[in-house]
Amino acid sequence: MMQKHDIKLDINGKKYEIAVEPRRTLVDVIRDQCGQTGTHAGCHHGVCGACTILLDDEPVRSCLVFGIQADGKKIRTVEGLAEGNKLHPLQQAFTDHHALQCGYCTPGFLMLAVGILEKDPDISHDDLVSALSSNLCRCTGYANIITAVKAAAEQMRAG
Amino acid sequence: MASKKKLILGERLRRLEDPPLITGQGRFADDINFPHQLHMRIVRSPYAHAEIKSINTESASQIPGVVAIWTHGDISDLGPIDFRADKSAEELKAFRQFCLAKSRVRYVGDPVAAIFAEDPYIAEDAADLIELDVNQLSVISDADQEPGEFDEGLGSEAALLTHTFGDVSPVWDSAYLVVDVDLRTGRHSGVPLETRGAIGVHNKTTDTLELYGAAKIPHRNRDTLVRMLSRPPAKIHLHEGHTGGGFGIRGELYPEDILVLVAAERLGRPVKWIEDRQEHLMAANQGRNQHHLARMAFDQNGQILAMADEFWHDQGGYVRTHGANVPNRTMCMLTGAYKIPAFQAKCHFRLTNKTPAATYRAPGRFESTFVRERIMDIAAEKLGIDRVEIRRRNLIGVDDMPFKIKFNEPGLETLVFDSGDYESLLDKALVHFKWDELQAELNERRAGGELVGCGLGVFVEESGKGPVDGARISVDINGDVEVLTGGASLGQGFETTMAQITAAALGADYNKITVLHGQTDRIPYGIGAHAARATVMTGSAVNITALKVREKALDVAAELLQTTADRLDIENSEVFISDNRNGPSVSLAEIAERLAPGSKNLGGREPNLSAEGFHNTKESAFPYGIHFAVAKVDAETGHIKVERFMVAYDVGRAVNHMLLEGQLVGGCVQGVGGALFEEFSYSETGEPLAVTLADYLLPTMDCAPAIECLVTEDAPSPTNELGIKGGGEGGINGVGAAIAGAVDDAIGQVGAVKELPVTPQRMKVMLNRAG
Ligand code: FES
Ligand code: FES
Repeated sequence: MMQKHDIKLDINGKKYEIAVEPRRTLVDVIRDQCGQTGTHAGCHHGVCGACTILLDDEPVRSCLVFGIQADGKKIRTVEGLAEGNKLHPLQQAFTDHHALQCGYCTPGFLMLAVGILEKDPDISHDDLVSALSSNLCRCTGYANIITAVKAAAEQMRAG
Repeated sequence: MASKKKLILGERLRRLEDPPLITGQGRFADDINFPHQLHMRIVRSPYAHAEIKSINTESASQIPGVVAIWTHGDISDLGPIDFRADKSAEELKAFRQFCLAKSRVRYVGDPVAAIFAEDPYIAEDAADLIELDVNQLSVISDADQEPGEFDEGLGSEAALLTHTFGDVSPVWDSAYLVVDVDLRTGRHSGVPLETRGAIGVHNKTTDTLELYGAAKIPHRNRDTLVRMLSRPPAKIHLHEGHTGGGFGIRGELYPEDILVLVAAERLGRPVKWIEDRQEHLMAANQGRNQHHLARMAFDQNGQILAMADEFWHDQGGYVRTHGANVPNRTMCMLTGAYKIPAFQAKCHFRLTNKTPAATYRAPGRFESTFVRERIMDIAAEKLGIDRVEIRRRNLIGVDDMPFKIKFNEPGLETLVFDSGDYESLLDKALVHFKWDELQAELNERRAGGELVGCGLGVFVEESGKGPVDGARISVDINGDVEVLTGGASLGQGFETTMAQITAAALGADYNKITVLHGQTDRIPYGIGAHAARATVMTGSAVNITALKVREKALDVAAELLQTTADRLDIENSEVFISDNRNGPSVSLAEIAERLAPGSKNLGGREPNLSAEGFHNTKESAFPYGIHFAVAKVDAETGHIKVERFMVAYDVGRAVNHMLLEGQLVGGCVQGVGGALFEEFSYSETGEPLAVTLADYLLPTMDCAPAIECLVTEDAPSPTNELGIKGGGEGGINGVGAAIAGAVDDAIGQVGAVKELPVTPQRMKVMLNRAG
């Protein structure tokens, strides 16, 4: 067993003090050691984007980061999007526009979109498509995902 | 005023399954854990074909945290993985796969050892230390090369399969035109975003084995496990959680499923296995890999006189659970939507040293439509007949329905195309796509130097193959409705679909309905979700059952409202008198309470507001469709951009248009992947060259075309009461054919596309040949 290091994570405002092996990826730490299984892994290789989270408000692939590198940082995952029973506009738009089928890619797309729209609420269609093209979905054919994100963007701009 | 009942079927209702999935509360395989569980890691062969001399597990077993390491010898009492009950062709049995390779490995990825450890990272460390000593054997890299050896004295051609009707032999010499083609479809697979996973638990209290992570066909797999593990059905249970996409490949019984179960029992602890992506791309079923030499004969008006096809099906290292299902489906569906007097198909069903093949969405149909429609394009060109017109002249007519295809071979099932107006769909689709205007526009663009063109593919799909499925529905005293099915959900919206059917038939409030599926301990039978069966078979069973519950509810309500049942209606879980909507009413909850066991109001009735019902059928429902594509070729890079795509599809009756379009669009984009990017290629020595998602290229948002859907309900299926036909595979069937036609048209060379996917490299070769 490798030596473990004590780290502190802040996931959706909740503090976790845990000991991690240096080789554990952040996605594994979030899921296995913090029990937040909403974040998914589809490849562990940085290709599919299913594991996208916000690390200090930046969309990041959590399979490409070691848990230890997130020490002291602020993590946001899909579990933190809704406020109580009130869905985040992106969550609402995803269900309204049927932007998910199996739902496995959904947390990654939601977090990527949150990251994009928070930074650039007026992003153009082409830039949005190109930014969202970094994540994979095998079920929907994408059309409804882009529709949902644009609908949410409008909603978010309107306040 | 239209009643609610009529409205709810077909409505674009928001999905019942979404809330947990958008909030991170799903329960996918890797989200399932049991106390004290072990983690399994599979050691896989790095050789495509070799004889195993020895497997040294010594140093791996020294790693702290490793609990056990198994090779074939440790589970030699376990037979090979069986075919499903109905597919136990004797001649194929010798080609089945053991859970861990016995004396030979037959593809890169073939499991040779299983490591059980306290932690997945430790199991992976140990796997690196396993030493596999082998004698390498010559590799069979393609199905169409000389057959080789599967085992000592056993050749690699597992079977020579045929499907024929009429007599093709007199036709070739006398026909006005014979078109010959040499076509290939690449190796593709479903590649769901969630890899596979399996968790085995042995409940010692009841001596029951439980498999979590099951999907697609839990009940059928339970039946296979009953045979393989010699346990009674009550002592093996499969549980389906959330499933990250299936597409035909997830949910078949694989070596890993059986290993976790056997290990859970023998090691006395729960065993969890989660596949990594690299494993998935070399271990999960692949498909589509066929080489066709096909021909069709025509008279001078373009009427088809005969079709013949000899093809080689690359089955990979073993014959898995489906037996020879995919080549058989290929042969059945080759003639598609056309009336063809004589037909002869011959398939060389061959083992190679690649990942085993099986069903992938529209199995055998994507391939056969590509072959048939390629020939139609070439024939049109040679005869000087318009591409649409030649197809129209050969379509099976509305008066020919039901249209029977009876094969000469004894024992082959007769196909009965249940209903359809193919020509009317063609007309509607042409108008919707603005086909005529499009031709003018494309001519102009080509004159301006662009390489742009359009193509089409016409096809028949197959769905709802029986024989039977059932359901149990109960309403509790709170009015909550439980719909218990043996169906399965792979992301297609099964729960929503079943709830809509229940709401429509029973009159229950859609939001009070819970749909259960994939739990073999809750219901003893179930057809699962394969080959577009779910909506047709389970949906029909649910409809029948819901109507029974309705009848019982009305019987009680009639007594309470002092009228007769035929004067009553139910909406939003409230029973009222049809011609007095604002008058007295009674809720399903109250009726359930009156029917509770021991209730004074039972009268002679069986307790509970519940029923069980079955849908039996011997016939399949055949939806049909047409795909249109517009594609532009970049002469510099060979890159192909699909500019427009349309799926026209008749489903008989749609339960939820939003979900159906979702299926069509999603399937279509998968088809675009198969037509342009995706391919499992192998080196000559059988090494897989696509083992990450950076090599196996799934379509991304920027290369997915906007897809137009034209869903029609012109030909309800007479095989079930609702008239439903399946929608899962109509989006993908004709994509290869339509894009091939569009590429040909773009470069002005009919018949140029001979192989899918049309990668930029292949496109460049075609352009150079032309240039
Ligand atoms: S799991 Fe991180 S990118 Fe795929
Ligand atoms: S919804 Fe299944 S992968 Fe996107």
